[in-house]
Amino acid sequence: MTGDGDRYNGFETREICGCGVAHGPEGHSGASAQQQAQMPEDDTGGLARTPLHALHLELGAKMVPFAGYEMPVQYPSGVKTEHLHTRSRAGLFDVSHMGQVVLRDRGADPAEALERLVPADIRGLGEGRQRYAVFTNEEGGIEDDLMVANRGDHLFLVVNAACKEADVARLRAALEPQVSVKALDNRALLALQGPAAEAVLADLAPEVRDMRFMDVATVALDGAEAWVSRSGYTGEDGFEISVPEAAAEGLARRLLAHDDVAPIGLGARDSLRLEAGLCLYGHDLDPATSPVEAALSWSIGKARRANGARAGGFPGDARILRELSEAAPRMRVGLKPEGRAPMREGVELFAAEEDGATAVGHITSGGFGPSVEGPVAMGYVPAAMAAPGTRLWGALRGKRLPLEVVRLPFVPPGFKR
Amino acid sequence: MKFTEEHEWLRPEEDNIVTVGITAHAAEQLGDVVFVELPDVGTTVSKDDEVVVIESVKAASDILAPVDGEIVEVNDAIVDDPSKVNDDPEGDAWFFKVQVEDLSTLDEYMDEAAYKDFIG
Repeated sequence: MTGDGDRYNGFETREICGCGVAHGPEGHSGASAQQQAQMPEDDTGGLARTPLHALHLELGAKMVPFAGYEMPVQYPSGVKTEHLHTRSRAGLFDVSHMGQVVLRDRGADPAEALERLVPADIRGLGEGRQRYAVFTNEEGGIEDDLMVANRGDHLFLVVNAACKEADVARLRAALEPQVSVKALDNRALLALQGPAAEAVLADLAPEVRDMRFMDVATVALDGAEAWVSRSGYTGEDGFEISVPEAAAEGLARRLLAHDDVAPIGLGARDSLRLEAGLCLYGHDLDPATSPVEAALSWSIGKARRANGARAGGFPGDARILRELSEAAPRMRVGLKPEGRAPMREGVELFAAEEDGATAVGHITSGGFGPSVEGPVAMGYVPAAMAAPGTRLWGALRGKRLPLEVVRLPFVPPGFKR
Repeated sequence: MKFTEEHEWLRPEEDNIVTVGITAHAAEQLGDVVFVELPDVGTTVSKDDEVVVIESVKAASDILAPVDGEIVEVNDAIVDDPSKVNDDPEGDAWFFKVQVEDLSTLDEYMDEAAYKDFIG
């Protein structure tokens, strides 16, 4: 058995961020299964650890380098079992590698200031609510995607691990000194996801039952001050929980003690978010791709659009507002391979089965969806080919195999609205 | 039974036929197998030809022909249910049978003890 190194290592060596820094280990290309098996012990030097590192090892996790951190890619039960467990019961994810940032008023309103960097309506975000946003660049491309919560006297941001340093630098340059920008390095972040998440967390804090999708609240959990949001990145109901790092392991153990809760690694996190039609930065989103192309127009508030109360005023607004009114040249779509072969990131898409034509697009995320029980993918195609039902062909191992443009997500969302 | 450094097992049968599969170690490293593509019966293969595609939840890999010969039988059961590769990789979940000119071409490969040393 031979692995094409990049393919075999797949998820584990991916560089998640497009911010120009290589985050994965070097030299994996051509690694065989044997080399791969030896790697984790030798290959984690210089990597940061989360407060749950010892717990991951105790639980038998396979640890891999990811965005500068040593992270669990899977536990002994394996990616497929972990994925299905999250969809049917509840999964606990360590996402402490992600960046947590607080913006405070030091003479200017943080919401007003943050709107200079993102097209989302932040001033209209009510206290106790959270919203998805993207940082854009002057060309209208996406620098990172993030969550923004209004926690009353401050805004709380969660950004991608691989982009967090660049994001904090961007925020400081644009907002300081009238808004203070503080990157929190003393809080862990856990995600509890799945249909049983509410009942499990309500055992510790009954008030979370009253939260709705994208609500945020401060809650005492296991004696610690937790900042809880009813959100996640799996397509399921659930919570993201920011806690002081000293309290993280105790809380994780209490949650895992529940019969319905299992630890879930980055492998299943990737297949869950793909089935849910959610973008992974550095793959489905990058600095050349606009939020309109990425099918994220819903994240651009009405107030920020043409004729809105605060139209434009964010980096790349000319392109983004034009694409909103005229349509973008290409669009992110869901793609369902008709056969059983997974089509992964990088597979080129064609409008015809015959050879000779040039590619019309490519897959940016793809693999096997355990809940769908078949291959699923997302990618970019010309706007004229973006309608559901359109048939395309993906080039796989010298053949062109059919796939169909489909509506996202691949699985119905479990959010509690 | 012989083993390759690519984590295939090779079992000589009657009539110069060799049954080929992947080892339990390889199946464990791959994780949940979700797709298998096998060669057509009657195909003539040369050593190191890519003859099988195997994909797990995580990634795709190829299986190379360990010997020159002709594919005489393939195991369609693992195409219909790829999870069999994880359940019984060194038994029911064999991949293909290849007929060779001379079984001595297997001599270059490891025996079980050597393979166990190889994977540590």
